[in-house]
Amino acid sequence: MSRTMPDRQDREVLSPTLREIAADWSADQEVFRHTHWGKAMMWIFLLSDTFIFSCFLTGYMTMRASAVEPWPNTAEVFALTIGGQSIPLILIAIMTFVLISSSGTMAMAVNFGYRRDKRKTATLMLLTALFGATFVGMQAFEWSKLILEEGVRPWGNPMGAPQFGASFFMITGFHGLHVSCGVILLLIIASKVARGHYDRSGDYSAVEIAGLYWHFVDLVWVFIFAFFYLW
Amino acid sequence: MKHDIPAQAAHDTQQHPISLYLKVWGYLFVLSAMSYMVDYMHVEGIVRWTLIILFMLLKAGLILSIFMHLAWERLSLIYALLVPPLVLLVLVRIMTIEANYAFWTRAIFMGGGG
Repeated sequence: MSRTMPDRQDREVLSPTLREIAADWSADQEVFRHTHWGKAMMWIFLLSDTFIFSCFLTGYMTMRASAVEPWPNTAEVFALTIGGQSIPLILIAIMTFVLISSSGTMAMAVNFGYRRDKRKTATLMLLTALFGATFVGMQAFEWSKLILEEGVRPWGNPMGAPQFGASFFMITGFHGLHVSCGVILLLIIASKVARGHYDRSGDYSAVEIAGLYWHFVDLVWVFIFAFFYLW
Repeated sequence: MKHDIPAQAAHDTQQHPISLYLKVWGYLFVLSAMSYMVDYMHVEGIVRWTLIILFMLLKAGLILSIFMHLAWERLSLIYALLVPPLVLLVLVRIMTIEANYAFWTRAIFMGGGG
């Protein structure tokens, strides 16, 4: 009997899904073959980006856990006074909702892209870029408020542990850079959609790939919101 | 080995109803509002951390599986993306030990100063 043929015992032990994974990763090398190359590359890029952001967040964890001064209370630091009343963390909450909304419109843009609906895809992508720009604008407001009014610096601040400023500027700055790049990417792809570029090539994958990047930016924010702002 | 290429081709032109995305959008809104309420209601201690992590993981799962279409990808690709980040838990563990050491060094030998 041939050794490569699964015998009865193998068939019983390995479920069909497990056997498919084994085949994908073995000599057949089928893991990425049925995925659009751009999509596979974007996923691999996002995986590497995951490690970068995780290193930042782990660095933040280390600094916060080793700080002897009390950590500044984020609920108070990021509070806004609206109508004479101080509401804790409200700016960050609004930013979170804006980013989630942009993810929602992006998901719908991808869907309309696969339906070859040029108009709706471009419109929804523009809306997504607009939400993204709003987010960056609010972040710029938050940064200038912290730097100019509260006197937060990467090496110290009046509220407590000096490590607060370094982690804050590093983590939110890198995330804001990602959002800004995403807005530019979305505008480029949206204009290509509007001009019918993907109708001619017959391939709307670029919309989904841009969408993957955009959702990842939202995904990272979920972790930053939880660990940096709420913890 | 023969693979489900027809199914994969069908994936490229998949037609999920828009209502699915609106529903997930709604869930994400509710979950974000709930994690904000954790802070607003001054929930403290282990309950706070558990709730924050729980809402975070639920949101991340929704974004990954529905918005990023991971739920409809090949299982091999899903594992290729989700297993490597698990090694980060090792980094977190190592850095917890390191931070603990740095904290007590500062507290005991540096008079509690930085």
